[in-house]
Amino acid sequence: MTAQPKTIKAAAFDPVAARADFPILSREVYGKPLVYLDNAASAQKPRQVLDAMTQFATSEYANVHRGVHFLSAAATGRYEAARETVRKFLNAAHEDEIVFTKGGTEAVNLVASSYLAPRIEAGDEIVLSVMEHHSNIVPWHFLRERHGAVLKWVDVGDDGSLDAEAVAAAIGPKTKMVALTHMSNVLGTVSPLHEIISNAHARGIPVLVDGCQGAVHEFADVQDLNVDFYVITGHKLYGPTGIGALYGKRVLLKGMRPYNGGGEMIREVTRDLVTYADPPMRFEAGTPPIIESVGLAAAIDYLSSFDREAAAAHERRMLARATAALEDLNWVKIIGTAPGKGAILSFETEGIHAHDLATILDREGVAVRAGHHCAQPLMERFGVASTTRASFALYNTLDEVDVLIAALHKARKILG
Amino acid sequence: MMDESLRELYQEVILDHSRHPRHFGVLADANHVGEGHNPLCGDRVKVYVHVGDGDRIDDISFEGKGCAISQASASMMTDLVKGRSIAEAEKLMGGFLHLVKGEDASAIGADDREHLDVMAGVQAFPMRVKCATLAWHTMKSALEGGNPAKSE
Repeated sequence: MTAQPKTIKAAAFDPVAARADFPILSREVYGKPLVYLDNAASAQKPRQVLDAMTQFATSEYANVHRGVHFLSAAATGRYEAARETVRKFLNAAHEDEIVFTKGGTEAVNLVASSYLAPRIEAGDEIVLSVMEHHSNIVPWHFLRERHGAVLKWVDVGDDGSLDAEAVAAAIGPKTKMVALTHMSNVLGTVSPLHEIISNAHARGIPVLVDGCQGAVHEFADVQDLNVDFYVITGHKLYGPTGIGALYGKRVLLKGMRPYNGGGEMIREVTRDLVTYADPPMRFEAGTPPIIESVGLAAAIDYLSSFDREAAAAHERRMLARATAALEDLNWVKIIGTAPGKGAILSFETEGIHAHDLATILDREGVAVRAGHHCAQPLMERFGVASTTRASFALYNTLDEVDVLIAALHKARKILG
Repeated sequence: MMDESLRELYQEVILDHSRHPRHFGVLADANHVGEGHNPLCGDRVKVYVHVGDGDRIDDISFEGKGCAISQASASMMTDLVKGRSIAEAEKLMGGFLHLVKGEDASAIGADDREHLDVMAGVQAFPMRVKCATLAWHTMKSALEGGNPAKSE
């Protein structure tokens, strides 16, 4: 007898079926069907997320970790269940390695302030790539301003690719941290994290990875990566705003000082002294985003309900179609063509400024981002003030790619 | 079929100004220089002014990269304020800021209004008002001594 057949997975991903879960996608703007291609800035929310939040708020809501009453227990259960959902999503070893934050930005600030600030001295170095989002730059600038830290920038290639060797070469005897994006929000470049992290660890340097894009469109397994800190945000993950999470290795979180001070993060407070709770509570001062935690868990469940490989393949098909169409236009230059990149397409248009282009696309119903994408060092690297960016999500379709291309031709006619 | 408000925004006059901006470049004998920055899009503009006797703007120029709206607005501004007193230029600016927001722009005289009316289309695009006002704010900051201007 032959081997047992494997569990049959859905052979393909159906974006049209997924679209039906997102109420906003059926609306029109300026009388045209909405074509939402600004997903790298923020993704839309499926009914499953909105319903979970409403259901929770209308039946189980109270503050968490405080009361002894029924609702407080129920809400605490949902909040901690959300933490377990995030743990599973990132494949962290322990629940207490997941800290809820306001978003990705706060998670990076938390690490800069609570982990690195007490460990850094003037002249110590932090290694960053030039393709970082400002949220993974400015918190380190704070350490430059306040502690005399030195930011060491790793360049990307002309195609936007990041070379693991170049990151390793930037690590020196004074390096205290490597902070990198999993996936660039401008170029779509996916960093070679395994190699970068093992190189850094060989030198005893911890690595923080910004997974705000990567956790959505790639796969994040913090144990497999052996990463020290990994940052996600809810709203790019088809979840609500106002919530994100920091994964930190237990041993690192335990050795970190608190971030904000307030309720819930203490063990004991007297007039003369205060002692702190263990992680993750130590880093969750004040009432946390409780309803949002339920929404984030629902978003992760939603994403996990798909064959994610098939969904990622669908995103790459849209990218390939859009890329091929843009490559045919001699007045368009794509910025970021690294092999294996994710479904983010930034481009310059000769003689047409990104903002003019985005205004005209908008009137065609097509929402794109125009500007510097909170990545000014990267814009400087490529010598551009701004680009236009179309970023795809699982609910976009190949037909929408065609609408984008047609709208580009129209803009060229008006402005070119 | 082109959207009517888009047609208003990108009129031929505006496109002409943006493609062939007037008074573009460095003004060698400028005695006031201002730098402006639109943090939203990263665009930068520099405005050079030579103020002569009687607080008169004898000459003015600008340089920088930007969208059609910001370039056209800067170009038209230099056309209009050259030869005027600082007070007149500032009054015109006040009117212009109202005009692009769709507010009462009666501070603008009839002749100037004829030139500036093409910029009124911006009012249908609130996200683009800052593009239209950047050069004007930058001129003002130049006249006031050159603190960096933001289009806000």
